[in-house]
Amino acid sequence: MRNQSEHRKTEMIALTLNVIDIKAVLDYVTTEGSGGIDIFVGTTRNHSDGKTVTLLEYEAYEPMALSIMEQLIVEAKRRWPLNRAALVHRLGRVPVGEASVVVAVSAAHRSEAFEACRFLIDTLKKEAPIWKREHFSDGSAEWSGNNTQKAFSRTDHGT
Amino acid sequence: MRIRLKLFSVAKDIAGFDEQMFELAQNADTSLLLQRLIEAHPALADWKGTLRMAVNWEYATHSHKLKDGDEVAIIPPVSGG
Repeated sequence: MRNQSEHRKTEMIALTLNVIDIKAVLDYVTTEGSGGIDIFVGTTRNHSDGKTVTLLEYEAYEPMALSIMEQLIVEAKRRWPLNRAALVHRLGRVPVGEASVVVAVSAAHRSEAFEACRFLIDTLKKEAPIWKREHFSDGSAEWSGNNTQKAFSRTDHGT
Repeated sequence: MRIRLKLFSVAKDIAGFDEQMFELAQNADTSLLLQRLIEAHPALADWKGTLRMAVNWEYATHSHKLKDGDEVAIIPPVSGG
């Protein structure tokens, strides 16, 4: 897997195997014409359904995920007058407590920034082909997001 | 026609591969490809109702007509964020 990122004049879209540099994202959306910046940082949680999570692992259908992230920013900018927008998602192994996703937008006024940021994270979670595998303290692991159907799990032998 | 099929997450684990080429008749659609996949890996049938499909990086219906060289992906329930 390789890092993929695309930088355009008014958007930052990336999937990365590295720790997300939140300050770099914040700097990117900072413009003199902005009266507000809204930033959402999704972090990996140490519990799920009553079980202790030790590690999370993300995989993506990378070209499609990047395409959808770009479409989401286009849609957000169509709905709200944004100055800049950034969507960065981490892939691979993410230790508990670290950022797995960062969404940031800047706008002249805070209400647009809040609304657009929420739209971006909510829609990203529903539409982007990205999957999270939770590794538990008992050695098992399972793909998250399958709670409505029968749960699929298997013992992870650490290969 | 030849179609490249990509699997992810639960679907990849059940089928045991992440990419495979399929030979399909002209006019085949996404539902036919899914049916072929489930015939080869019956355990996927339990998940059928939850699987979305994508053609060339865009979500597609289960009646999307395929053409030679298309890249189709099986998209189990996503859980990014």
